[in-house]
Amino acid sequence: MRHTISLLVENKFGVLSRISSLFSGRGYNIESLSVGETIDPQISIMTIVTSGDDQIIEQITKQLNKLIDVIKVVDMTELDHVEREMVLIKVAPKQEDKAEVLRLAEIFRGRVVDSGQKTYTIEVTGDEKKIEAIVELLKPMGIKEFVRTGKIAIAREGVKKG
Amino acid sequence: MKITGAEIFIECLKKEGVRYIFGYPGGVVLSIFDLLYDNKDIQLILTRHEQGAVHASDGYARSTGKVGVVLVTSGPGATNTVTGIATAFMDSIPVVVFSGQVSTPLIGNDAFQEADIVGISRPCTKYNYLVKDVKDLSRIVKEAFHIAMSGRPGPVLIDLPKDVTASKAEFTWPEIKIRSYNPTYEGNKWMITQAAHLIAKSKKAVIIAGGGVILSNGSKELRELAEHTEIPVTMTLMGLGSFPGAHELSLGMPGMHGTYYANKAIQESDLLIAIGMRFDDRVTGRIDAFAPHAKIIHIDIDPTSIRKNVRVDIPIVGDVKRVLTVLNKVLKEDIKEQWGEVRKAWLRQIYTWRHERPLSYTYSDEVIKPQFVVEKIYELTKGDAIITTEVGQNQMWTAQFYKFDRPRTLLTSGGLGTMGYGFPAAIGAQLAHPNKLVIDIAGDGSILMNIQELATAVLHKLPVKVAILNNHYLGMVRQWQELFFNERYSYSHLHSDIVPDFVKVAEAYGAVGFRATKSSEVEPVLKEAFKIKKTVFMDFIVDWKEKVYPMVPAGAAIDQMLFEEHKDKPEKKLKAVK
Repeated sequence: MRHTISLLVENKFGVLSRISSLFSGRGYNIESLSVGETIDPQISIMTIVTSGDDQIIEQITKQLNKLIDVIKVVDMTELDHVEREMVLIKVAPKQEDKAEVLRLAEIFRGRVVDSGQKTYTIEVTGDEKKIEAIVELLKPMGIKEFVRTGKIAIAREGVKKG
Repeated sequence: MKITGAEIFIECLKKEGVRYIFGYPGGVVLSIFDLLYDNKDIQLILTRHEQGAVHASDGYARSTGKVGVVLVTSGPGATNTVTGIATAFMDSIPVVVFSGQVSTPLIGNDAFQEADIVGISRPCTKYNYLVKDVKDLSRIVKEAFHIAMSGRPGPVLIDLPKDVTASKAEFTWPEIKIRSYNPTYEGNKWMITQAAHLIAKSKKAVIIAGGGVILSNGSKELRELAEHTEIPVTMTLMGLGSFPGAHELSLGMPGMHGTYYANKAIQESDLLIAIGMRFDDRVTGRIDAFAPHAKIIHIDIDPTSIRKNVRVDIPIVGDVKRVLTVLNKVLKEDIKEQWGEVRKAWLRQIYTWRHERPLSYTYSDEVIKPQFVVEKIYELTKGDAIITTEVGQNQMWTAQFYKFDRPRTLLTSGGLGTMGYGFPAAIGAQLAHPNKLVIDIAGDGSILMNIQELATAVLHKLPVKVAILNNHYLGMVRQWQELFFNERYSYSHLHSDIVPDFVKVAEAYGAVGFRATKSSEVEPVLKEAFKIKKTVFMDFIVDWKEKVYPMVPAGAAIDQMLFEEHKDKPEKKLKAVK
């Protein structure tokens, strides 16, 4: 099963490498990883999407906790939480599809952030399902480039699942 | 007053009470070596290879319970430490390695003797540092010693760029607090109570004691638990010595080359009490067939060890000594049980197994059996010695035939299985225990992997004894090739009967060399060697055909054991090789 794990870590050099080498060294899978500073510049927050059965996820969270630079590990999947990801999609539609591309962007509350002679670049933010949906719809129009930020997640106020 | 980074380094080691550093000089650490030149408090033990330095510091640490300290130069000096660091890491041994590094402006420029040792050592250290500012140096050293010793111990590396050791700062010795590092020492009381009730309910309990018992100095508490509840104890390779090997409740070692009765007891048990061990594959054999009827109580300071390999019914995260102290108290105060009655049938069953298939070998008057040498060493030392081993058959025979009675008397590379560990480790142990008999039980393959340390031993007048069980082969490799590869001895024959002449090697270095070729010569050679206050090599020409039995083939359940008498047609019984 897929899990979204949120980590508070010391904002020092080498920390990302400690975490990624933990995953590679023990054969765990990283589907996405995003890092950024928190309000406190000494602390960074990482969001890692990984998958595995219960035993593997338990090991991953324990192993992460054991790393000396890791301050806190939260398996978001166990909490009620909000997840978001942003993608930038560069589409090169045929003349007759141009209107459709713009219409789709609007439906998905996307924004056109760049447009040229041949392409539109669309920014879309949302959860996984939404992103998947727009990608599927845009594919026939001709996606030239596609970048995603990786998922970030935050727990909802004070509610625990189950 | 401002002092240089090199001086701060020395001050830090003094504060940590360091007496010995094991090391090797080189370009970027010369300023530190210059300070050591006339330092009265700290002595540097010059090994002849950086790997030897780390193993020696590891042997020092294992035999004393203190931190071992290493100082090497950058580049090759640093990369040569990696095997030693990984060895200490796998066995949770507190070692702090200082490596020199090129000056900070040169880092990343492929400078002469530059290696990214922080990157290289990251997966095999508990933590590591690159010191970028001399003002951080003393804090980092203090943190490193703290991290190495606390929680589940392990090696820590500090990379010291040349300009950092040259630049100046005030020396401070700050209080340290690492907010993200708080090992759990006290076990959960409720869990411990549950464990006590499970112990009281069990009829066929077995304790498996690991290296964690020794690391936490919990042997007394372990013995109290075993004797009070009359539960037999089996000790993993790392746990040998945590419980007296000659005790009537001792089952010896479990697992691949464990005793029949230890493995039988585990497989038939209704309760396993795993203490400071991590269910290594050499202990469990086929994991889904391991201890099928047992509930498992697992006590370990490292939460990642728990439920990593086996399911656990009662996990207790904490320091072994403290958890056992509470557990013993609960068992004595809250549980009224006639333990003798409860355990009677179980102990009788184990007694039967023990007599059905004891550890054995066939003695010969002609050729020396390697097990006979180990037995003689045990007999002559009465267990009062520090034994180190190399890796392979020599290690397993030592584990089987030397009854370790005290903790910190067996130093062996259990996790990584590093050939070449035993000799330098013996040097480190001898330095810490000048009046003790320290013996490396070696093979003719392993001893050559750090033979250069003969110079270290001789020059420091360390009377280490090395008993080479010389079978002219990489014995354990040969054993597997015989059993599982149709006797095709691919590159395992070392011809150590031809080269080298170990007696002459010893003499060339100024040590003493003996050779024994017949069983009757074993005892006189050992007695003579133990009498001499010098480094001694003993070359025992042993039966090359001898194999380590019992043996659980890889991939089999631990009660699917091979014994000596099956050796005529072993391949019929054996298929699984993984």
